[in-house]
Amino acid sequence: MARLVVMGGGVSGHTAATFAKKWLGKEHEVVVVTPNSQWNWIPSNIWVGVGEMQKEDVIFPLAPVYEKAGIDYRQAKAVSIHPEGKEDDDTPFITIEYTGQNKKGQTDELTYDYLINATGPKLNFDATPGLGDGNGQMGSHTVSVCTADHAVHANEELQKIFDKAKAGERQKILVGTGHGLCTCQGAAFEYIFNIEHEAKEAGVRDMIDIKWISNESFLGDFGMGGLHMKVGGYVVSSNLFAESLFAERNVPWIIGAHVSKVEEGKVHYELLDGTTGVEEFDFAMLIPPFAGVGLKAFAKDGSDITSKIFAPNGFMKVDANYNAGSYENWKASDWPRTYQNPDYKNIFAVGIAFAPPHLISKPAQSVNGTPINPTPPRTGMPAGIIGKAVAHSVCDLIKNGENAKLHEASMAEMGAACVASAGKGVLDGTAAAMTVYPVVPDFEKYPGTGRDTTYTYGEVGLAGHWIKHILHYMFIYKAKLYPGWTLIPE
Amino acid sequence: MEHEKNFQKNDQFALTMIPGGFAKKMRTCIIFQIFRFIVINLKMLVVVSKSH
Repeated sequence: MARLVVMGGGVSGHTAATFAKKWLGKEHEVVVVTPNSQWNWIPSNIWVGVGEMQKEDVIFPLAPVYEKAGIDYRQAKAVSIHPEGKEDDDTPFITIEYTGQNKKGQTDELTYDYLINATGPKLNFDATPGLGDGNGQMGSHTVSVCTADHAVHANEELQKIFDKAKAGERQKILVGTGHGLCTCQGAAFEYIFNIEHEAKEAGVRDMIDIKWISNESFLGDFGMGGLHMKVGGYVVSSNLFAESLFAERNVPWIIGAHVSKVEEGKVHYELLDGTTGVEEFDFAMLIPPFAGVGLKAFAKDGSDITSKIFAPNGFMKVDANYNAGSYENWKASDWPRTYQNPDYKNIFAVGIAFAPPHLISKPAQSVNGTPINPTPPRTGMPAGIIGKAVAHSVCDLIKNGENAKLHEASMAEMGAACVASAGKGVLDGTAAAMTVYPVVPDFEKYPGTGRDTTYTYGEVGLAGHWIKHILHYMFIYKAKLYPGWTLIPE
Repeated sequence: MEHEKNFQKNDQFALTMIPGGFAKKMRTCIIFQIFRFIVINLKMLVVVSKSH
């Protein structure tokens, strides 16, 4: 019997663990280690953040699902990886610290034959003074929608703003990224349009100034260097698409901005041209930058090999080309295909946990030398596809031996769908639906835009809004492993 | 024209495009959106199948 340990139970980890268990059956063991007791469909946190959904609508308990699937569930956080085992035992293991299951604070060792790192990111609020509380948690000046609890808090604060506006007090809302190296602009993008929609519904839009602040060098970069899509017979940049959405809704923007400090009601920022500014707000939702979760790694003799396994940003090294050099030399082939660690072949990293070879967007820094560019998105559909491909590889390695061919899922050969929807009603919502293929542009295959413009497109309308609704219920159904769950694509 | 007023609100807005009345009406036209729903889903299915 072989044991697969999956660290993390988010989109990629849950996908990897559930498919691996289905394919491996009872002959082999699958263990999931995650500090969370609930699974969260994160895209719908946006609706929780404006009061259109309750927290319970976007989460469900993991324990019954894993019990039904026959997966060994440990509510714990992974602390360290020991890929060579101990002095007297070659069996690799990880150390964990329980966060629940009546063992909070207890530590344990968990041996593995194969390890999938799907820990997701650490929400690095403290990277920006004032954005965090100094202890790794969100500070008190701004809100976030990164977790269901954050979104509940965001909505409580937002409703106070609406109440003040209704009472005749003019309010100012700021939404965007809280650091020069943030990713996940799409979440903030969707949130700002939901706020704008809700303000209209509440009859207070005229009393609220809404502004966007982002580290993108142009609106519509989305951490993917922007994209080109076919609209009305033209191939146009997502820049025009995004600017149009903002202009239509009377939402001005500050772009190329590194938020350097947050105070009560004030954001300090530096722009790409080196100038600095201060933006005041009554309510601000700023996405924090992401970092690795801080896992350590140790060799057989106990020496620290963290820098051998992990990149400096804390994400795990995989089969990517980390020596691609300058932007002019970047290629689609730099991106990983199997997500296998180059030094330890029984370790894989999926979703946000793997270290990308470089940015997708063109690197930029201010004249003062401050890097201001979005980092690559690795969430949602790509995370699920990568998780499934790696689960397939591990199953083949277990069943067919260590020479089994690994499955591949390069982000330069996969697409992604993004639906940013405002409102929740069936007939009064509106959404910007976008697909991009591939996520990482391949200028050798698609000279010009780097992508297939037949399948890279975007449009605004009710249709996308309906799709967003369907995706919400469909992916929660799938994650609960209800009948037919394997038929639903990632 | 009501839908064109935002061009004047901000220099940023003046340099982009803002949908006119017809484009906005089509966004909520049920029959047209049912058609777009089918088209978008088919395109997404192709993207998904090409990605696996």
